[in-house]
Amino acid sequence: MIPGSFEYIAPSSVDEALALLKENGESAKLLAGGHSLIPTMKLRLAEPEVIVDLNRIGALKGISESSGTLIIGALTTHYELETSDLAHRKIPLLAQTAAAIGDVQVRNKGTIGGSLAHADPAADWPAAILALDAEIKAVGQGGERSIKASDFFEDLYTTAIDPEEIITEIHVPIPGANTKGTYLKLPQIASGFALAGVAVILTQVENICQNLAVGVTGVSSVPYRAAGVESDLRGKAFSSDNIAAAAEKAVDGIDDVLEDIHASEAYRKNLAKVYTRRAIESAAS
Amino acid sequence: MSKKVINTKINGTNYTAEVEPRMLLIHFIRDVAGLTGSHIGCETSICGACTAIVDGMAVKTCAMLAIQADGAEINTIEGLAENGDLHPIQEGFWECHGLQCGFCTPGMIMAASQLLERNPNPTESEIRHGLEGNLCRCTGYQHIVNAVQYAAQKMQS
Repeated sequence: MIPGSFEYIAPSSVDEALALLKENGESAKLLAGGHSLIPTMKLRLAEPEVIVDLNRIGALKGISESSGTLIIGALTTHYELETSDLAHRKIPLLAQTAAAIGDVQVRNKGTIGGSLAHADPAADWPAAILALDAEIKAVGQGGERSIKASDFFEDLYTTAIDPEEIITEIHVPIPGANTKGTYLKLPQIASGFALAGVAVILTQVENICQNLAVGVTGVSSVPYRAAGVESDLRGKAFSSDNIAAAAEKAVDGIDDVLEDIHASEAYRKNLAKVYTRRAIESAAS
Repeated sequence: MSKKVINTKINGTNYTAEVEPRMLLIHFIRDVAGLTGSHIGCETSICGACTAIVDGMAVKTCAMLAIQADGAEINTIEGLAENGDLHPIQEGFWECHGLQCGFCTPGMIMAASQLLERNPNPTESEIRHGLEGNLCRCTGYQHIVNAVQYAAQKMQS
């Protein structure tokens, strides 16, 4: 399988890349890690006329800390996040989520910005990004803007990013004291994508739940925050019964639960509850 | 569509060729450089038979464009043996019967080389985790794990 013909340009700056997007409109596609786009092009499901390869733009890579926030360049690979000392020390959930993605070769090439922009409903990053209240920075002709994770995912493979915008950074607030997180998923055995994936961030003081954020991926066409679970458990003790009762609300208000050959709607709903319970138990232990 | 001249170094040898942007790296390795040890299996970036090391990273070369590898250093299965002596990983696959049909073996060995570079003394579960990106339809993996354990031991001694 070989992609259709296209022009290839590898700009060295974000400004150049933006100019190319403006010039070529929707016939251009941005290439990051390529592990979603290139297979899609080989199947001729995507036939862009121009490929703008972002991989030579150094400014889009790397992880740094600034005033209580980790700033992750959009082109930072899953492997870099999985092995980042800064991520491990400041937000271990990021490293844990990265390590759960695909396989070694995919993590070597795949990028956080590319994954978010692709918005596969079973991708791993959305769960963590939602639970951590991250913000996605994007730049376009009209300048830079910041999009909250909760406003970012709009539909299957559809985000709030305009066709002429580029994701530049992901800003993740570093959680405060007594806060722990975890990411658990049931992977589809062949692809590694999440049949249900749950990221939890919780603040625990003397076994009482002070705060809780639950991000769920793989279950609905749009990843979401399980608000019912969060409000149910807040202020209560992390007992098995309380956690189990709260986790029952993991699909409350979700009316577009996915169904495919790997998992029925009923099974996915059950998985969401089970993995929410296990993730909270694991983080609170 | 406009072609472009690219330069790569594969196993220490320079290869320069004019390529169409849509040429996949695996096709450059096999058809332009003539190194047919790297295999094309699934073509959907699942099976890992096309795995090579590009600038130090194990990559499924069917999911990368040749033009992206302009200036890159690439290592393939052909570059592992030195002066006719098998690399310890190749030796492990030989000694432990880590293959049956052998189709997945080049990619499996390149992924194993990345694994042992990052973790010279892996546990069995770390080996299985590290080779998740490579599928084998013959062995049931046990002998592949044995082969990597053999190599890890040999490379440390």
